[in-house]
Amino acid sequence: MWSDLFVLPFLTGLCLALVLPVLGCFLRLRDEWLAALAYAHVAAAGALLALIGGAMPALGGMAAAALAGGGKRLFAGRLAGGAAFALLLLGGWAVAVLLAANQPLAEQLGHSLFDGQLYFSGVAQLALVAPWSLFAAVALVFLSRHLLLARVYPDYFAARHLRAWPVVLGFDLVAALTLALATMTMGVMGGFALVFVPAWIAFRRARSWRNGLLLAAVIGIAGYGAAFLLALGLDQPFGPVLALLLIAVGLIIA
Amino acid sequence: MSDALIRARALVAGWESPATAPLDFVVESGRILGLTGANGVGKTTVLSALAGRARVFSGVLEARLGLRLALQTQDVPPVGGVPLSGRELLALTGATVDGLPPWLAGRIDDRLDRLSGGQRHYLTLWAVLQAPADLVLLDEPTNNLDSAGVAHLASALRRLAGSGTALVLVSHDHEFVERICDQVIVLGEPANVV
Repeated sequence: MWSDLFVLPFLTGLCLALVLPVLGCFLRLRDEWLAALAYAHVAAAGALLALIGGAMPALGGMAAAALAGGGKRLFAGRLAGGAAFALLLLGGWAVAVLLAANQPLAEQLGHSLFDGQLYFSGVAQLALVAPWSLFAAVALVFLSRHLLLARVYPDYFAARHLRAWPVVLGFDLVAALTLALATMTMGVMGGFALVFVPAWIAFRRARSWRNGLLLAAVIGIAGYGAAFLLALGLDQPFGPVLALLLIAVGLIIA
Repeated sequence: MSDALIRARALVAGWESPATAPLDFVVESGRILGLTGANGVGKTTVLSALAGRARVFSGVLEARLGLRLALQTQDVPPVGGVPLSGRELLALTGATVDGLPPWLAGRIDDRLDRLSGGQRHYLTLWAVLQAPADLVLLDEPTNNLDSAGVAHLASALRRLAGSGTALVLVSHDHEFVERICDQVIVLGEPANVV
């Protein structure tokens, strides 16, 4: 267990297990939990496109997710009520499946992205995920008050002439890039499980916002650690084990 | 008048089209202006125009430069299912716990969605009232409040005005408006200043 072969993937996933549940709380606050699946699929499509184009898949995935996160504002008028995320999800999935169906290389990577490939994470992946997770956590703390204020008192926010768009754009970019990294590290559903389930439990059980963020992070880290060991011990893929474990925890304590 | 925060002359406000009769008024520091009248005469629209949300179709609406506004609307803050405590809500707007009625102070650390409708309304109102502001705009603040809540609100508003804050208050509760406001405008056709 304590060889580089397992420590590097474990640490890479641990960083995400800390930040994804916190991000999930903010997505849930904004009724945007579908964003987790949308950005994950767009990132997968971007990674496959980059692979076919001869570029680094990780960069392609992050660029596509960032473009989707920043660009959806341009169509905000037509894409209210979560339609943006539903369309991004469908578009990302369609592009990814078509690429995988027509390019053998893309098919292989496509399977990895959708099934998860945490155990193949190495130094390069950790070097990308660790600093970004730290940055994302700091950014969420920085944006927290304005995100809450914009949600609870949108009129007050406007009356104080506080500009909402830098906050929303900043959050969208942090969410898109974090979810792109999560997809390329632990797969679409592994990342989604860590975004959705701990935040869902926290929203039901926490006494306060601060307590909720802490609870979500603790559930994420504990669930991740247990799933990592369980999947390794049973020689099973990580993503499904994590999802089933978190579902069980959620049904018991939520 | 050096302490005029807002000056309206023949102000006609609306959303898609003009919705109010022309109005003249001045909002001054330390005073409470009440807007009342029948349903549909545009009380909320005038308040929204002061907050910069509704359009000014004609007339003049001048606001002091750098004016800090706090706005309470009739919309219920969407806090259902969100683990946000009362103390955290107040911290969001920079409001203080000091002065809260005893029936609410004891529940300040509870989640907002576990308070009664009246308690939640008063706390969300308090978060706006106590926010650092030069002018507080209130739309039907007595809705959902029982008599104890209305009494506490009345004294809180007078105390706030006494500290130099200006307030504009829209309400269908004529008795409440007459009791706490320094000036009352009854909206209608034509506008009458009482």
